[in-house]
Amino acid sequence: MSEQPTHKEIPYLRFTRNRIKKAMEEVYGITMFGLRFFRYVFVPPYEFGQVRKHLDELGSKSLPLLTVVGLIMGLILALQSRPTLDRFGAGGFLPAMIALTIVRELGPVITALVVAGRVSSGIGAEVGSMKVTEQIDALEVSAVDPYNYLVVTRVLACAIIMPLLTAYVDFLAIFGGFVSEWLSHNSSFQLYFTEVIQSLRFYDILPGIGKTIAFGYIIGVIGAYQGFNTSRGTEGVGRAATSAVVLASLNIIFLDMVIVQLTFLFLGPGG
Amino acid sequence: MTGPDHILIQVQDVWKAFDDNEVLKGISLRVHDGSSDVILGRSGIGKSVLLKSIVGLLTPERGSITVMDEEVIGMKNRDLNRLRKQIGYVFQYAALYDSLTVRENLEFPLRKHTDADEEEISDRVFEQLKLVGLEDAIDKMPSELSGGMKKRIGLARAIIKRPRIVLYDEPTAGLDPITAREISDLILSLEEQFGITSITVTHDLECARIIANRIYILDDGLFQHQGSYDELKASTDPYTKAFFQVTR
Repeated sequence: MSEQPTHKEIPYLRFTRNRIKKAMEEVYGITMFGLRFFRYVFVPPYEFGQVRKHLDELGSKSLPLLTVVGLIMGLILALQSRPTLDRFGAGGFLPAMIALTIVRELGPVITALVVAGRVSSGIGAEVGSMKVTEQIDALEVSAVDPYNYLVVTRVLACAIIMPLLTAYVDFLAIFGGFVSEWLSHNSSFQLYFTEVIQSLRFYDILPGIGKTIAFGYIIGVIGAYQGFNTSRGTEGVGRAATSAVVLASLNIIFLDMVIVQLTFLFLGPGG
Repeated sequence: MTGPDHILIQVQDVWKAFDDNEVLKGISLRVHDGSSDVILGRSGIGKSVLLKSIVGLLTPERGSITVMDEEVIGMKNRDLNRLRKQIGYVFQYAALYDSLTVRENLEFPLRKHTDADEEEISDRVFEQLKLVGLEDAIDKMPSELSGGMKKRIGLARAIIKRPRIVLYDEPTAGLDPITAREISDLILSLEEQFGITSITVTHDLECARIIANRIYILDDGLFQHQGSYDELKASTDPYTKAFFQVTR
């Protein structure tokens, strides 16, 4: 016998339906907003000055945080993995394990999440603040396309800087692993890095670094989208910054999963 | 084509709604070349919506808006931007770019739309600042300026390209009466000096008295009354009378 919906279920269902509808609209909005980038990026005017400015801001200001994160990540990975590998008599594989884990997965994803937390929220808040104070309207009436001036430049800067930051974090994390090994087992620098270099192949590095371009694109697009759609004054600016981090982080994880599957499909699990 | 008989801005039967809230209900307006028209009305009545529709920031559902004989509604972005180069817009809270200094704010339109060299740009910026009496603020950030100073810089930025039309959105809102008076006098003097055609949206009667050739009173999505300041002040219409008494 089918159950009749009670009068309490109906508002709940309506609420759920509205939430799903709103989420779908948001997904559609972000997708269309993001796709506009490809239409604008090849069309003049090119705002090279703005791209350079954002590259400097995104890159140099993220470096201190990423330095600490990279070093500690490698250090912890070595400390945590060493006892398990020793139990199986595989302690000698530690440099290779650290290198592969960092280069293929942890380096790109952790870098992207850290940058999303710092940069995506910053873009959301900055663009959002411009929106509520009518600065975006001011750009528009000055005959300057706000999407080109504010969004394309930031997304481009994020997509360019992410591979560089990831390479930097990868190196520091692998170096952090060496520091741990040197402190606990007095490993030689030459032996450790020989192992690292021998274990890494081109197909380990390419997808790891390559996917960070897509992560950078996501960080820029989502931050700018949230900023562009800010309403309700300063409260809205705060919400835009928070939503930018949450959505960018979720999308990075999701995209990473897709890219890993595609890499396995085309290059095989070994690389 | 120029001259006082030429209509520079024409708004015809324009309708604009936000969800179920109809703000403009078939509004019409003609602004002649060189004229300074003022739109008066209560807050939230749709004055700024009309101004933003004229410059293409908002798109009305129905009607026609022509600026310098070109239809704005449905205009392509590229054409709209070409038209906007001849229009200055002064925002209610100035909308200065807060990551740029005063100098950079003023340089911005020149760098984007002219081929002027560094020296020309610098001279022009200094000249504008002199016009609004703020030469000393050239290297300040917008956050270091008072409300009145921001309005002056916003005004300087709007006219730095020497536009034919300037749209003012509440140019004296949030200012003390003395500063508001100074801003109104400044608008009048700049318009006379550069022969600017303007539409000003305000609820400041004193500002309207100083700068207006013609005043329109907006209520319920339409212009209910229009005339010179003295004509409207002498009006026996209850709404106009109440407006002039309450806001005096």
